[in-house]
Formats: sequence, structure tokens, C-alpha cells
Amino acid sequence: MPDLFDHYAADMSGAAAYDEMFTADQRARPGYERIGGVLGELSLSDVNTRADSMARSFLDRGVTFDFAGEERPFPLDIVPRVLTAGEWDVIERGVKQRVRALECFLDDVYGEQRVVADGIVPRALITSSAHFHRAVWGFRPPGGVRIHVAGIDVVRDQQGVFRVLEDNVRVPSGVSYVIENRRAMAKGLPEAFMSQPIRAVEAYPRHLYRALRATAPEAAEDPVVVVLTPGVFNSAYFEHTLLAGLMGVELVEGRDLVVRGDKVYMRTTDGEQRVDVIYKRIDDDFVDPLHFRSDSALGCSGLVNAARAGNVTIANAIGNGVADDKLTYSYVPELIRYYLGEEPVLPNVDTYRLEEDEARAYVLDHLDELVVKPVDGSGGKGLVIGPQATAAELEELRAKVLADPRGWIAQPVLQLSTVPTFADGEFSPRHVDLRPFAVNSGEDVYVLPGGLTRVAMQKGSLIVNSSQGGGSKDTWVLGQPQTQDLDPGQAPPPDVDSSVHTWPVSASWQDEADSDQQQQQQQGRAAAPTTRTGEEPSC
Amino acid sequence: MLSRIAESLFWIGRYVERADGVARILDVHLERITQLPVGEQEAEVRRIMAVMGVEPADGDYSVRSMIHELAWNKDCLTSISGSLHAARENARRARETVSSAMWESLNSTYYGLGQHRRDVVGTFRVCHWTVERMATVRGQVQMTMSHDESWMFLSLGAAIERADMTSRLLWTRSTSTSGMSWVSILHCAGAYEAFLRTRYGTFSDESATQFLLLDRLFPRSILHALTTAEEILVNLEPGIQRVGFKDDARRIIGEARTALEFHHAEDLIAVLPEHLNNVQAACARASESVGAKYFSHALEASWFGGML
Repeated sequence: MPDLFDHYAADMSGAAAYDEMFTADQRARPGYERIGGVLGELSLSDVNTRADSMARSFLDRGVTFDFAGEERPFPLDIVPRVLTAGEWDVIERGVKQRVRALECFLDDVYGEQRVVADGIVPRALITSSAHFHRAVWGFRPPGGVRIHVAGIDVVRDQQGVFRVLEDNVRVPSGVSYVIENRRAMAKGLPEAFMSQPIRAVEAYPRHLYRALRATAPEAAEDPVVVVLTPGVFNSAYFEHTLLAGLMGVELVEGRDLVVRGDKVYMRTTDGEQRVDVIYKRIDDDFVDPLHFRSDSALGCSGLVNAARAGNVTIANAIGNGVADDKLTYSYVPELIRYYLGEEPVLPNVDTYRLEEDEARAYVLDHLDELVVKPVDGSGGKGLVIGPQATAAELEELRAKVLADPRGWIAQPVLQLSTVPTFADGEFSPRHVDLRPFAVNSGEDVYVLPGGLTRVAMQKGSLIVNSSQGGGSKDTWVLGQPQTQDLDPGQAPPPDVDSSVHTWPVSASWQDEADSDQQQQQQQGRAAAPTTRTGEEPSC
Repeated sequence: MLSRIAESLFWIGRYVERADGVARILDVHLERITQLPVGEQEAEVRRIMAVMGVEPADGDYSVRSMIHELAWNKDCLTSISGSLHAARENARRARETVSSAMWESLNSTYYGLGQHRRDVVGTFRVCHWTVERMATVRGQVQMTMSHDESWMFLSLGAAIERADMTSRLLWTRSTSTSGMSWVSILHCAGAYEAFLRTRYGTFSDESATQFLLLDRLFPRSILHALTTAEEILVNLEPGIQRVGFKDDARRIIGEARTALEFHHAEDLIAVLPEHLNNVQAACARASESVGAKYFSHALEASWFGGML
């Protein structure tokens, strides 16, 4: 046991959570031997110096998020979170399965609604969801894909079992920190990268660009892709610039776009240029003032009609929020069985549906033991952790639940697993979750190895959101991939040597993406026919 | 490229150049003014601030106020701090277009600014530091960005601002009453050695003025800056017209350049203020017409929805 971790054992004892690094008898778990050894060879002041230099590099590079109007560097902890090849295999298969099932579900929701007819979910689940948008009912998006990018939040329970906590198939953010964290760690803790294969993360923008091009409207011969940002004041603005930069495409704001004749153009120094694919990083409600919030200038009027006319692909598709609804979440295991005929690879966290009388009665009796969450919340907003709430807060919650049972779910308080985290001059356990990112091109679902490990910087806290003071860890997946990430016939990724990470990526990747696109057009386009109907939604 | 981004790039070029120019001007004048008796300081401060187009908020024309307005006042877009903030903010808005090396050196400069003392000694340091940092930023621009349209807008902004800054620099000498030497002015422009090599020992007010105004090879001379701006404007729109110019900026810059280039060099000093005025006015007008031609699309608001 390295000296630096002596305190850690004491801290750990008696904790109910599963520790990712150490077993109950303080032995390093498989995968953590090397990092334990590397950190063990450093003095405390070495660790401090390296942590400072990593923080400094984040500030210089502008790896920040916007917090109450102030740019803050996203805290990165020096201890990585490690996943063995075996553990990752489960997560990867589970995430792919979930994305495929939710894709089928959304297609069904905005089409025939067989899932309702067959009695798998009640019709009210869909029609009462705040994010079910009738404006996009009855048409398939050009390219046939609705979930281009997904961030499925996964946690590890007391028994060490991975469980899905929530699905994010609208505008999942955080992938930029995965890329930047790796870069900073490779420089901050180089010893740990030597003599141990860690899967590279830099291929993400290439996969994203390939998927976005692959789902362009059929008429577009050389599709023009843009990233749509709400602007510099958005908390994820850094991520928008990074993704646009790494894909080599324009980062546009709503005011840069104009719709004429159901076609989308951007305003350039050379006049107006046609846009085929919009990777939108704006909530649905702000996308198009003609259909949604009329007081918003963040989007562009006419976008929805352009998409309905099949002239532009919007990624992720408008209306995906109905799959993010936490009440829908409670049905996902059934949806996997129904659409895919498979058993879920990753289980859900047990969830009470508060509109069911029996469940509601139980939950109201046990509010002080449960976590209660709003179904359409994100970023930990509105969530109440029973054991940590005051009596007054619980009374207020009770009233809210009774007023709108559809709006809430309840779950047992989950002791998220912990990882040693360097804070206040020592390593101590902090709770973590994991957001793997999946990219869906319609042909296949790619899952970026690892994902964003968010960590609660406050001791004992279960809240990991950056908006609530959370930080992050670099996430390492060990070992070489067992399955080829890219399409058959595609050259393997050029760089699997994880000790070298450069940014921007090599200039040749756009060519690869181009030839890839041609392959896609030859092989797979017929598989995803686009049906465009001009009918008004009838529901 | 997007009109909005082109506009940001143009202004990055201007603000980087401005921070550099103001740092040079402040450095050399601060050194001289602090050697004057206190009673004479105020008049000099007034003059310099007038040339730079800055007014202190509370009518205080002390050395301290000059330092504040030209170095530290973040809200003043002529100050070093204000220019750096504005350059950095524009780069942040065009971050996917500028190179990350350039963005990083601008961003770390912005953070580094806070680590300097704001007294006279600290201000000297910040002037030198700014000149050095801006050289790094420009080096990154040259070597890490394609010299495509984005680079052209950036360089156009820089060239226009440089012509403007050198004319203000010359102006501070031409109106001086307290013995600001041409040697200082040449140092200020980083031109002293280059000047000596060109003119050997034949040093006069006239030859120094000519050098900063008209030298075809020295990059900070007004003529060189205007010629550069003109070349970029041609590259941005290379079409050949039989008669006249459609591009207003090109006409304005061209007029300013020829007015200098074909003037009798020997007569310059007598009409120097007039020339400097023309240069500054041309820079302002050219900047406006570049905006109208290339960036105005970005300003059209297409939807006000609930606000109507």
C-alpha cells in the first residue's frame, strides 16, 4: 500500500459505497495497480504541483464552463477512473442496446405508436410528456436517424453492479471534457500512460462528423455540416467551439442562418451558403420561433418546416425529449424487450412511478428514505434527497408530488461508487458517475471508450453536476478494443498508441470521412428510406 | 466564411495591433513625463490623451489617471487592458476558426494581465510584456493559421490599425512642446536600428519623419501598413474592373496611400498634422466600408417574435 493512500483506508472503512480502486481489505482492484504504483512514487508536493499545472493549463486553454456569468475551469482530478476491458464491454453493449431501443421507440412515438397499441406503455405517457412535440409527428427525419448522439448516465451500486441512471438523447454535453481531460492527463501523469494500453478518445469528432454526413438529406451531394450554438453565454459554449473546430465545420448562431423556400442557408462573406446538416446544441423549445417559443432569437424561424420538407437534417432530432422523460426511463427495460427481443444488458435503478396509486402511497410514507426527481429535470435541478432534506423541504415536496404525480419519480438513495480524489492535500473517497457517449450513424452505434466521469467534489455529496460544483476525472478503458470500431473495410484508427495525443487531430481525417461517406452512400442508403409527409399531425 | 466570424477576426487583428501600439506609445511617453517637473506633467498628459482620443472620467489629468486610462481601464477600448479583453472576447466568439495556439496565447495573456502591479513600475513592465505577448500572438497567427480568407480579415484589421497607431505616434511628437526626441519616437516604433541602418548618421527630424511615414520596407511605417491593407483588399476581391473601384475600402486606402507616396518628401513636415489627420480619417472610413461590404449580413435580425 503506497504511503499516500494510508489515510484512504481509514476514510473508506465503514462507507457503504463500492470503491472503484480498493477492495474492502484495501487491495488495489484489477486495472488500478499501475496508477496506484505511479501515484505512490510521488511525494505530496509532487502531486500538488502536477494538479496545479493541470488546472493552469485548463485555464490557459479556456477549458471552462460558464457559471453564473463567470468562466470557470472545469476541475479535473489527478486520479483517473479506470475500467477494465471486461467492465467496459458490459457498458458498451448496454449503451448500444439502449440507444437502439430508444431510436425504435422514438420512431414509433412519432409514427404508428405500436407500443401503445400493444399495451407496453400507456398512451398518456407520450401525450403528457412535456417534450412530445406534435409539430414533428408523422414524418421521418431525412437520414432516418433521431438519436445521433446519446449520453447515457451509468452508476455503480453498492454491489458493484452498473446501472443506468438516466438517458440523455436531446443535447448531451460533456464530451469535450473527455477529450481535454485526456490531453491534460497525458501531460500531467505521463508515467501512468507508459507500458499500459489505454484506449484513445480522440476519434470522437471523426465519428461524429461521419455520422452527421451519413444522415444528410439524400439530395445533398457534398453535405455541409454546421454546429448550432446558442452563443458565447451558454454554459457549454467551450464544447461547441471544440466540436466545430475538431470537425472543421462552421459554428453558427441562429442569427447566422436564414430559411428561404424551406431550405436553410448561412450568411457568409460570400453571400448565402446552403446548409444540409445542423448539429443543434440548443433545446428544442428555442429552435424555431414559428413552432416553439416565439420570444426566442436563439434559433431560426422556418427550421422545422425545412426539416419536415426533408431539406435539412437536424441532429439530434426535434422531439427526442419524450425518450429522456424519467417516466419513460422506467419503461426502458420493457422497451428493449419489446423492440429488440433482448434482455437489458444494463439494469435500471429501481424506480417508483408516482402516478401509480400504490407506489405513490409507499413513496409518500418513505419520503425521507428516497430520492425524488422531476421527470423533465436535468443538471440535478429540483431533485430532493430524502435523508438529507429538512422536514419543511419534505412537506413542500409532498405537496408538489400530490399536485402533479406525473411530474415526479422516486428511487432508493443509491450510494454511488467512490474513487480516490485529491482534495485539501490528501486522497479521500468521492462519489462518481459515468456518462459514456454514443454516436449513431444509422448504420452502427459507436461508443467512445470511457466517457465523462463526473465527481462530487464535496465529501459525502452525491451530486456530481458541474452546475453544482462537481468536477471530473479522466476515464481510462484498458486493453485493445475487441471489436473494430469502424465499418468493415474501413482502415483501423490511425492512433491506438495512447501515449500520444495531439490536438487538433491529423489533417487527413476529413479525407477518410469522405471516402467513408461514399461507402455509406453505396452500401447503406437504401436501408434508410425517408418518408416525407406533409400531413398535419392527427393526435 | 460566416460574416459574423469574419467581423470578429477583423477586430482581433485591430485590437492586437492596438494593444501593441498603445503599449509602445505609453511606454515611451510615461518615461519622459515622469522626468518632468510635476507642474508640467498635466499639460503633457492632456496632450497625449487627446491624441489617443481618451478622456478621463473625472477630469483628472494626472500621471496616475493616464496610466489608468491607457493601460488598465478595461472599459476603455483604447487601453491595453481594454484592447486585450476585446481581442480575447472576439477570439472566444471565433474560437473554432482561429488556431488553438493563437487562442491560447491570447487567452493566457488575458489571464496574465491580472498578475501585474498597477503602479508606474508595474505599468512599464506591462508595456514591455504586452509588446512581447502580441508578438507571440502574431507569430502564432502567421504560422498556425492558413493564409486564407480568415487570415486576410485578421491581417486587414491589423494593417489598418497599424497605420492609425503610427500616425498617432507621430502626432504625439509633432505637437510636443517639451522636447520629445525623434530618437524616442523611433525607439517607440521599434524602428531605431532599422532607421540607422537605412540613413547611417544623417539624422534629422525630417529623415525620421520620412522613415515612419514613407519607408517602403519598414513594417510599421504608415505607407507600408496602407500598402499591406490595399494588397489584402485586392486579394479578398481580385476581380479586375476597367474603370474605378467597386470596393470603397480599396479606394479610400488607395487615396490615402497615394497622397503620401507622391507627395514631395521634403515638404512633409510642414503639412504633417494634415497628413496624419487624413490617415486617421481614412482608416476609420475604410474600416466602416469593410464592415458594410463584408459583415453587414450578420447584423440583419430576422425575427423578433414576442417582441413585436
